[in-house]
Amino acid sequence: MPQTKERVPAVEGWFTTGDSPALLGTRCTTCGTYFFPREESLCRNPDCDGRDLEAVELSRRGRLWSFTDNRYQPPAPYVSPDPFVPYAIAAVELAEEHLVVLGQLVPGTDTAALRAGQEVELVVGPLYEDDDHEYVVWKWQPV
Amino acid sequence: MPTNRDVAILGAGMHPWGKWGRNFVEYGVVAAQAALADAGLSWADVEYVSGADTIRNGYPGFIAGATFAQALGWKGNRVSSCYAACASGAHAVNAARAQILAGFCEVALVVGADTTPKGFFAPVGGERRDDPDWLRFHLLGATNPTYFALYARRRMEQYGATAADFARVKVKNARHGLANPNARYRKEVTVEEVLASPVVADPLHLLEICATSDGAAALVLTSMGFAERHGIDRPARVSAVSTVTPTFPNSVIEMPNFATDSGAAVATPERTFRDSIAAAALEEAGIGPEDLDVAEVYDLSSALELDWYENIGLCKEGEAERLLNDGDTTIGGRIPVNPSGGLACFGEAIPAQAIAQVCELTWQVRGQAAGRQVEGARVGLSINQGLFGHGSSVIVTR
Repeated sequence: MPQTKERVPAVEGWFTTGDSPALLGTRCTTCGTYFFPREESLCRNPDCDGRDLEAVELSRRGRLWSFTDNRYQPPAPYVSPDPFVPYAIAAVELAEEHLVVLGQLVPGTDTAALRAGQEVELVVGPLYEDDDHEYVVWKWQPV
Repeated sequence: MPTNRDVAILGAGMHPWGKWGRNFVEYGVVAAQAALADAGLSWADVEYVSGADTIRNGYPGFIAGATFAQALGWKGNRVSSCYAACASGAHAVNAARAQILAGFCEVALVVGADTTPKGFFAPVGGERRDDPDWLRFHLLGATNPTYFALYARRRMEQYGATAADFARVKVKNARHGLANPNARYRKEVTVEEVLASPVVADPLHLLEICATSDGAAALVLTSMGFAERHGIDRPARVSAVSTVTPTFPNSVIEMPNFATDSGAAVATPERTFRDSIAAAALEEAGIGPEDLDVAEVYDLSSALELDWYENIGLCKEGEAERLLNDGDTTIGGRIPVNPSGGLACFGEAIPAQAIAQVCELTWQVRGQAAGRQVEGARVGLSINQGLFGHGSSVIVTR
């Protein structure tokens, strides 16, 4: 009897998976610098002594800084479907956080149709699966 | 222009690049012996061995200085081994230079060698969920060419660069490397052939992405006093080495990171990391980019070579394509870049590559770069960047 596999994040604590998924970062309460992935011990701004880093959800929307695709299967530890299906990857600028963050683009995104500056939104989608679980990761979707 | 902190380059030597499939130590020994022969010295004269590490060849690779000292024959040398990813070679040069300038030794041997697996570089083995290099493959499938392609596309979006511009970098370097006996690929290509090769990561084609190679390079560095006492009138010199890290916030996405630093609280520095690598070297040598006769830059991809033109200050931002297309960076042009053929003709042998750049500059300033000589070259700069924030730039003068 077919059963629905349990959906679990491919990495713990990097993003939320609800209706409005978001990347999970931290923010220094002293100087306001953001960190993704989370920095939890010491603010990395060399002019700041901050040690109190609060968990924050990063902006769900950003603009394409650049983009490319994988036409060939990446090596392990990437877990590829068989056969491999090419997919696109984006570097996305988040305005409030003043940072650029990477992510896969949703399956089927054609790089020929993309332009720098274009708005994208964060979603969560499948990365790979095993017998019991479907592992998910954040992806960018053109708005 | 020579500063009082110069060291002499008495010897340069390489083991040809290729896919030889033998132990990296063998290549390193061949390069070391070639460098010693070039210097007219023997292993007995070497006081200090500075090794550049390879992390893909087990323990002997992590302790390269001792590995090469043992292979050449233990004789109580002082040694050091350093790892700075693609910048390891320049960091090894810097370690040797510091020993000489501090007066701890007069003759140092710098060696880097690698044996590489086939295909994409993958992270080191094991499941390491707190290692960004492991995670970028696992979560994104972001290979090295992914990052090269992001930079290439950025040039297209920002400056209107074209696929043909990028292909012309490969065409130029392929022509430069034709006569280089140490180059792995010695074959002319056309723009059409480059563009007809398969796209690996849009917009970059297979022929525009550097291969992984086996190879080795070595240098014999000495104090200026030693060179003088041995009757070497005007040796090539290391006049500056830059091994800077980025300055916070580093606003350019870099291997193997998932994100840049945040500039929410601190303004982005005027110079990007790559700009600062060159600036630190030029400043240390007391010269400007206009004083350079030749440059060896790290063309991991065709498009990345264009970024380096701007990072060094050979032209303004957005003008690299024009510099290339005007022939300025071709041998015979105003500022030839990668007369060796660059990574396009070599592929990358990580710990050896930054040392190989210095070998080429040494031969260029001595006028010994047969078939690829930049006429009258006296001042050369090499530049490169290693994963995890390692700058690498060496200025060679004569």
